[in-house]
Amino acid sequence: MKPPDFSYHDPRTTADAVGLLSSLENAKLLAGGQSLMPMLNMRFVLPDHVIDLNRVEGLNYINARGDTLEIGAMTRQRDIEFSDIVKKKCPLMREAITQVGHRQTRNRGTIGGSLCHLDPSAELVSVAAALDAKIAVIGKTGTRSIDFKDFPVAYMTPAIELDEMLTAISLPCWPARHGYAFVEFARRHGDFAIVSAAALIEEDAGGKVTRASVTLGGIGPAPVRAYDVERALIGEKIEEKRVAEICETLRTLDAVDDIHAPASYRQQLATVLPRRALLKAHQRFIGAAA
Amino acid sequence: MSETRQITLTVNNKTYTETVPVRVTLADFLRHQLCLTGTHLGCEHGVCGACTILFDGHSARSCLMLAVQTDGHEIVTIEGIAPDDKTLHPLQEAFRDNHGLQCGFCTPGILTTLIELLRDNPSPTEEEVRIAISGNLCRCTGYQNIVVAALDAAARLRAQKPVP
Repeated sequence: MKPPDFSYHDPRTTADAVGLLSSLENAKLLAGGQSLMPMLNMRFVLPDHVIDLNRVEGLNYINARGDTLEIGAMTRQRDIEFSDIVKKKCPLMREAITQVGHRQTRNRGTIGGSLCHLDPSAELVSVAAALDAKIAVIGKTGTRSIDFKDFPVAYMTPAIELDEMLTAISLPCWPARHGYAFVEFARRHGDFAIVSAAALIEEDAGGKVTRASVTLGGIGPAPVRAYDVERALIGEKIEEKRVAEICETLRTLDAVDDIHAPASYRQQLATVLPRRALLKAHQRFIGAAA
Repeated sequence: MSETRQITLTVNNKTYTETVPVRVTLADFLRHQLCLTGTHLGCEHGVCGACTILFDGHSARSCLMLAVQTDGHEIVTIEGIAPDDKTLHPLQEAFRDNHGLQCGFCTPGILTTLIELLRDNPSPTEEEVRIAISGNLCRCTGYQNIVVAALDAAARLRAQKPVP
């Protein structure tokens, strides 16, 4: 339960970090350390080089640009949790982040680290999917932007090359008036969700849904956007019976079967949690819930 | 041979300059090199919360940091929360008076976690206390007396600092 031997590098600039990353063999980037450090302690990873990003300047920021929220890769989860801009522009993120780990881990954990670790149940990964986030990465040959739907390529494997690093995430925000909810089922507060659901909606004056985003976390290797459900909701009023009917179709999703829950249990949650999230989002849209 | 670095940091208001192997965690550095064994190690992978310390005023798991990362920073451990050798911190008094511990293994991590909570939120609800310590495992008390002690400590701290 002690980290293996490695060489330690603590660059001060993104350019230096990328330079090290592309010149060193078997190097790992250390962000907040809330995933990599346990993996080092348990020797699940054996890097020859650890490149610590904690002293790199300019990766810790939250900026609102028009309708987009841009968050630097090394922004601590704690800073997102207590950010007024995030609360105002992207309340879904704020609701989700209070369910990420515990105060002690959010004080260190970063958004970039969480996205790169890409745990199937991670709340921040689901929020990125729900909002159609764009991921900015930098490599030796320059920068590029990845649409979040193309970001997960396999279980805990993001579409980032070995010599690239994530620098920021852009979240397209919904209009000031929208409904949102992030609900999850976990055995203890702060545990990874067995299944989570994120919902975003807009309704017209008659109460009919004009736009919807529904995302399930913890079901498969990466968050699942329920596009069929989103389409089915358009033109519907959010009332419990109809939403339950639409969400029932999610029972046929392929679901993970593991020590925490059998697949059938996750499929049951996949019908229940989006319904709860949509009803809560609706209550918020009409101003009936905080 | 392990790679080493020289670091200078403040622990409990005392400045140390030490040479550390870069692979050593902050928890092991505090315990083995500075001989501050009040910080306990339970799981060593960030689940049990026993090794919680304050890093620049914020609670963090010292098993999930490298000692080398603390160069230039300020750490407070359980040894640093009492005002002096003869006086307990109100949080410690409240835990003693309310049987907030049995074996005491998890206590250092719980107290450092609660120092941050009560600093940021002097009047927490029972639910807020339970959420705050949700990352700290205790196998003795069933948490009841920990929560009672935390709420009592909050009241004692409020009484100490009258609201202007």
